[in-house]
Amino acid sequence: MTSETQEGTPIQGSHIKETSSSFGITPEQYMLPAAQQIRMLGPDGQLIPEEAQGTSPGHEYPIPEDDALLAAYEALVVGRRVNDQNYALVRQGRLAVYPSSHGQEACQVGAALALGTGDWMFPTYRDTVATITRGVDPLEVMVSFRGDWHCGYDPLHYKISAMSTPLTTQLLHAVGVAHAAKLRGEDTVVLAMCGDGATSEGDFHEALNFAAVFEVPVVFFVQNNGYAISVPLSAQTAAPSLAHKAIGYGMAGEQVDGNDMVAVLATLRRAVDLARANSMPLLLEAITYRMQAHTNADDDSRYRESAEVEQWKQRDPLLRMRTFLTERGVLDADAETRISGKAEEVAAALRLAMTTEPEMDPLEIFDHVYAAPTAQLREQRAKLADELERSQEG
Amino acid sequence: MATATTTAPALAGAAAKPTTFAAALNTAMSDAMENDRSVCVFGEDVGTLGGVFRITDGLTQRFGANRCFDTPLAESGIAGMAMGMAINGMRPVIEMQFDAFAYPALEQIFSHIAKTANRSRGRVRLPMVIRIPYGGGVGGVEHHCDSSEAYYAHTPGLKIYTPATVSDAYLMLREAIDSPDPVVFFEPKKLYWTKEAVDLSDLRTQYEAAARDESAPAAGVGAEGRAVVVREGTDVSLISYGPSVSTALKAADAAAEDGISAEVLDLRSIVPFDDAALEATVTKTGRAVVIAEAQGFVSVAAEIVARIQERSFHSLSSPVKRVTGFDIPYPSPKLEEHHLPSVDRILDALDELQWED
Repeated sequence: MTSETQEGTPIQGSHIKETSSSFGITPEQYMLPAAQQIRMLGPDGQLIPEEAQGTSPGHEYPIPEDDALLAAYEALVVGRRVNDQNYALVRQGRLAVYPSSHGQEACQVGAALALGTGDWMFPTYRDTVATITRGVDPLEVMVSFRGDWHCGYDPLHYKISAMSTPLTTQLLHAVGVAHAAKLRGEDTVVLAMCGDGATSEGDFHEALNFAAVFEVPVVFFVQNNGYAISVPLSAQTAAPSLAHKAIGYGMAGEQVDGNDMVAVLATLRRAVDLARANSMPLLLEAITYRMQAHTNADDDSRYRESAEVEQWKQRDPLLRMRTFLTERGVLDADAETRISGKAEEVAAALRLAMTTEPEMDPLEIFDHVYAAPTAQLREQRAKLADELERSQEG
Repeated sequence: MATATTTAPALAGAAAKPTTFAAALNTAMSDAMENDRSVCVFGEDVGTLGGVFRITDGLTQRFGANRCFDTPLAESGIAGMAMGMAINGMRPVIEMQFDAFAYPALEQIFSHIAKTANRSRGRVRLPMVIRIPYGGGVGGVEHHCDSSEAYYAHTPGLKIYTPATVSDAYLMLREAIDSPDPVVFFEPKKLYWTKEAVDLSDLRTQYEAAARDESAPAAGVGAEGRAVVVREGTDVSLISYGPSVSTALKAADAAAEDGISAEVLDLRSIVPFDDAALEATVTKTGRAVVIAEAQGFVSVAAEIVARIQERSFHSLSSPVKRVTGFDIPYPSPKLEEHHLPSVDRILDALDELQWED
């Protein structure tokens, strides 16, 4: 469907015009990100006055209720503990690899908490905390990072895709899940996650374009943590911001302070609501920072100054949220004790699980390739079974 | 031209009208869409136009734009979106406009569509079909004539079907759509307008009865390859698939005039592969020539020869020969006849076999 703006510019998708007109602004004003990133908490954890939060007509984000903010804080604490526990397990050689989201936990938590139970999430390999916040047992996530199997949880049960290792390929799957739901008349929203470097991939373009053309409710959530392994964003794009890319597809884009838990949850919730109500995609760019190296195999001192890392420590999402909720009277000492106790329980369970080697059946490698193994795979399975039997005898 | 396969013995009845390969494919999709609302068809130009080869002609008009629709021009997007729809309960049938235009979708196909069932320990199955018109012989320009089956056959997790007859075009596409595994469905484009006396409504009845038969494996599940002997013979086996089966049959006719009895095996599915049928024909004749359009180096033809050597060496009276395309990029239209396996080239290969003990 094509409609005309006041200036006569064709705009794909009647929903854009309807959505923007309900805010009394043009589609362009609606689709371009607000003049500054949406931020509700200052680096010191103080609530920013409403007029300075970056909001404007069409770019207004109500602050979530206190219960939701406390739940988000709890998930932040648990997520931080899981990140740091896994980092330690890698250093002890008990996990093969762990791409940590330390510093990005507000984005992780917001992604999970903005979705309803019928919605879907498409995470990347760095989105462990988002995945466990949505309810997956951390041990099931660790199945892949300890090298047991490529994915340890049931994607259909949790409505969370297997974490994607290739960049942005999963965004198209997200579009497909949303499209199937739309064709059946279901109001499923899909959250499609990727990083800043991934926006250079061709599938980023194809996914945003398909989502916009087919008018499906996908929220594209880009965690811009500054680096794609070593390459800074300035070497990825000449766009004014990643959020600006949205208008090229005829969708709305917004930028948010990704280390501000309140703003992340507020913008993601609004994005999910808009997507669901209007069956349309949106792009949200969260400005955040990866505090640790890409993985244990990476040496981040080769591409960034420690002063830069120190600077970002001052904007830590967890500390900001703790200050804010404490001063707001939402978080007291009892709650803090309960939450840190829960985080320790999760970490202890992870440590315990990693001390025992799971029973793996090597023959399982043949079992899932096809719904029924081919004659060739049955032959090869028998060959491996024979080898295993002989090695046990020997 | 083959007129019937052993799977469809009663097709050339009096009521059967000349039916094109293209019509068989089209009817297979519309019958599947009629039976199952989760079946949907999309790709480039498949809606209003009915596809550049008209294989999807009329599907949008009949089933609506939610069931058969055009996509933006982006093959990775088509394949990736199809995978997402398959995750969420649909059975997408997607069209790649030409063999070489499918290459932008290879990452989606190789890294995700082929691997998702294994990655998720069988929890996520992707019942989807990727239709690819392939092969040459139609005077197509560069990028329109590739035989790309080996790329896909080398990737575990994909099934690879390629029909050579009108009845198989119908039956195998129905089966591909019903398969719980992703199927790459290679359509020999030079066969699109060939006709056989086939009654598609009889075929539908036959297929759907077989699919309901609980004593037999469910349609589409078929883990085994099902190669078919399309011509019986005793002296040599011509082993082929897709567009080369008709060439092999013509060569067998010509060889008969020279007193050579050639058996012709149509593989039909490359994955799963029918080792038993291959062993049976080679054991019977003791000689084999493998015929395929694709360049021969590291090809499906190479794999077939290796399997004969591994499994049937002691039945052989002669080294196995191959007649394939040359190891060159597909030539321009005026030169393609020199590249493609021809009857003469197959007869030459027969001459080169060892005929004395």
